[in-house]
Amino acid sequence: MFPKGTKRKFSDSGDEPAAGGEDVNQPSSVAVRMLSSYSLQRQSLLDMSLIKLQLCHMLVEPNLCRSVLIANTVRQIQEEMTQDGTWQIMTQALSAANAAAQCSADRLVATEVLCRQTEATQGEQVLKPFPAVGSEGCPAEEEVVVEEEGEGGVTMSTVSPQAPTSYLPGTFGMDPCWEEENGEDEEEDEDSEECGSGSEEGDSDRLVEDSRTAEQVFGTFEIKNPAPSPDPALEELFSDVDASYYDLDTVLTGMQSAPKMGPYDLLESLSSHGPSPLSSSTSCRSDLNELDHIMEIIVGS
Amino acid sequence: MAGVAGGNDFQWCFSQVKGAIDEDVAEADIISTVEFNHSGEFLATGDKGGRVVIFQHEQEVHFCKNRPHLRGEYNVYSTFQSHEPEFDYLKSLEIEEKINKIRWLPQQNSAHFLLSTNDKTIKLWKISERDKRAEGYNLKDEDGRLRDPFRITSLRVPVLMPMDLMVEASPRRVFANAHTYHINSISVNSDHQTYLSADDLRINLWHLEITDRSFNIVDIKPANMEELTEVITAAECQPNQCNVFVYSSSKGTIRLCDMRAAALCDRHTKFFEEPEDPSSRSFFSEIISSISDVKFSHSGRYMMTRDYLSVKVWDLNMENRPVETYQVHEYLRSKLCSLYENDCIFDKFECCWNGSDSAIMTGSYNNFFRMFDRNTRKDITLEASRESSKPRGTLKPRKVSTGGKRKKDEISVDSLDFNKKILHTAWHPKENVIAVAATNNLYIFQDKIN
Repeated sequence: MFPKGTKRKFSDSGDEPAAGGEDVNQPSSVAVRMLSSYSLQRQSLLDMSLIKLQLCHMLVEPNLCRSVLIANTVRQIQEEMTQDGTWQIMTQALSAANAAAQCSADRLVATEVLCRQTEATQGEQVLKPFPAVGSEGCPAEEEVVVEEEGEGGVTMSTVSPQAPTSYLPGTFGMDPCWEEENGEDEEEDEDSEECGSGSEEGDSDRLVEDSRTAEQVFGTFEIKNPAPSPDPALEELFSDVDASYYDLDTVLTGMQSAPKMGPYDLLESLSSHGPSPLSSSTSCRSDLNELDHIMEIIVGS
Repeated sequence: MAGVAGGNDFQWCFSQVKGAIDEDVAEADIISTVEFNHSGEFLATGDKGGRVVIFQHEQEVHFCKNRPHLRGEYNVYSTFQSHEPEFDYLKSLEIEEKINKIRWLPQQNSAHFLLSTNDKTIKLWKISERDKRAEGYNLKDEDGRLRDPFRITSLRVPVLMPMDLMVEASPRRVFANAHTYHINSISVNSDHQTYLSADDLRINLWHLEITDRSFNIVDIKPANMEELTEVITAAECQPNQCNVFVYSSSKGTIRLCDMRAAALCDRHTKFFEEPEDPSSRSFFSEIISSISDVKFSHSGRYMMTRDYLSVKVWDLNMENRPVETYQVHEYLRSKLCSLYENDCIFDKFECCWNGSDSAIMTGSYNNFFRMFDRNTRKDITLEASRESSKPRGTLKPRKVSTGGKRKKDEISVDSLDFNKKILHTAWHPKENVIAVAATNNLYIFQDKIN
């Protein structure tokens, strides 16, 4: 994927975006190397930012200023990558990789942000297991381009004016929306991995059910514990579980999402490059079945 | 007041250091705020463990060249636990007891009052002295036991007897439950009756006597939290006009608001922003432009803002750019990626004026702090460390070498210790005395007049 001879490093000298840009028109190898070096650095910065946003295993509320600044940085990188077309290439590459894993490519599109789904799309007939985590209190701003989803491709060709704002990470921890995201992320993650396969039901049935109960669930979340690490005992139990956010997203399903990729999509793709995407897809179904079980634990019923 | 740096008649020298010497620093002992009171007689520090320590200047008058000079040391006057760790049951999150800010109230009687705040709650503390005790009560014995009423055969008038000085700190008001987000600033108004408190998204106005209500005067929380791109980072009341205050943002802007204009000051009266230099734009531009502190000059005419790499002085009458810009540690500009990785880029440095507004001071890394003389345009870098601190010893200016060649006493950028950061400094309102907080140690430096 990366041209040979380019050494990847956490170099500090790549701060200026103009470094590689000016040589674009000259197809010299030096220019290409500079450009890819810049892209590498930009990519590593993006990865770093996403990880920073995700790492909120704190007992104390995360620093909102820091989160906002990191999120803005991610958005900036994303905008730039969209402009030079890198974004599309990446999302298509990732979606292709995941499409091979028997899951709908649309599942990729994810958590990008809580409020991706709209009320309109919730009534969609074809319920795909979109991993987006929605929240009651935050209606989505942009229209979900549903037609394109049917084609099985994840597209990001049109960036709506609101797109830049739509992938704020759920780590702000202040608003109920954000807190829910966090709470679910951590706990359900662990739960989904830990629980064995229960009785298998029809995938679509489960999904329909989930979409109906999702609102109730998230509604409950607003009242109940939305903390990132709610139960120390529970945490301890699942402490050795690999937190694969990809799994998490397939579990918290029933919510539609727009086909645009956000920072969390990238994170999932990154994390799923390690563990095989296949394994996570096969656990999808059992995870879905365990959704109720997980909800029970969280809600404490 | 004398200038900051250089000159034959002015040098900074070490006076005292407070705090443990151990290499292992307990987290709770890390100083999180430093503030002189209005006379400079008292110096308050707050730490991460929620404690407040107040030092008092024990004045001694020395005569140097037949002129009296106030010298003396700051000694512990009072220590108390201001805030305790709390648990927010609704969110299942801890509320840190770390003292974010201390602000003194102007003194009105023999007692001293200060406001201290953690992330959620502000408290008004009264610190008073007791050096007399009543003796000869009728109804109780000297040790406090109640006397048998039948044994009392005569009445006497209790007499006030001197006793060892006892300093008491008592919480007089608790201003709670008004902030959803983390409080970053408090500022006492010039009317001495109200004060403002600011968190990431809102600013509230309180009356010092009323704890169950506060006015929300600024609210930048968007209807949809997804749209949040900017937070409030600091706020301060104008020292002369009780209707004016400013607040800074994470995007490097400052808004000045007039409370007479509207009840909710979401619309600013003045908007201060320096246009960005397009040639230095990078992915970190926004982060390093985020303002970590804003302070009005004593005159009220200027304000100073601190962002990651520089300190800027603004004239309140000119909104489009600062009148002065001072580079604190420009050599870090090429290291921003590493500093982003280790989170140092998010460090919030404070800044302060001297009493006459002729000099400004701010901290840096490696226990360095910097002072800028606004008149002579000279600047100096000093270090707050045990090694550089000999009793009454003059502080040697430090220098960071940026080029390839490193001179003898210089330190290279890569050798800087980024864990030793000076975030909090304070300047005595009248004298050339400064307090510098270096992790868990408080250094006090004074000028030495030759």
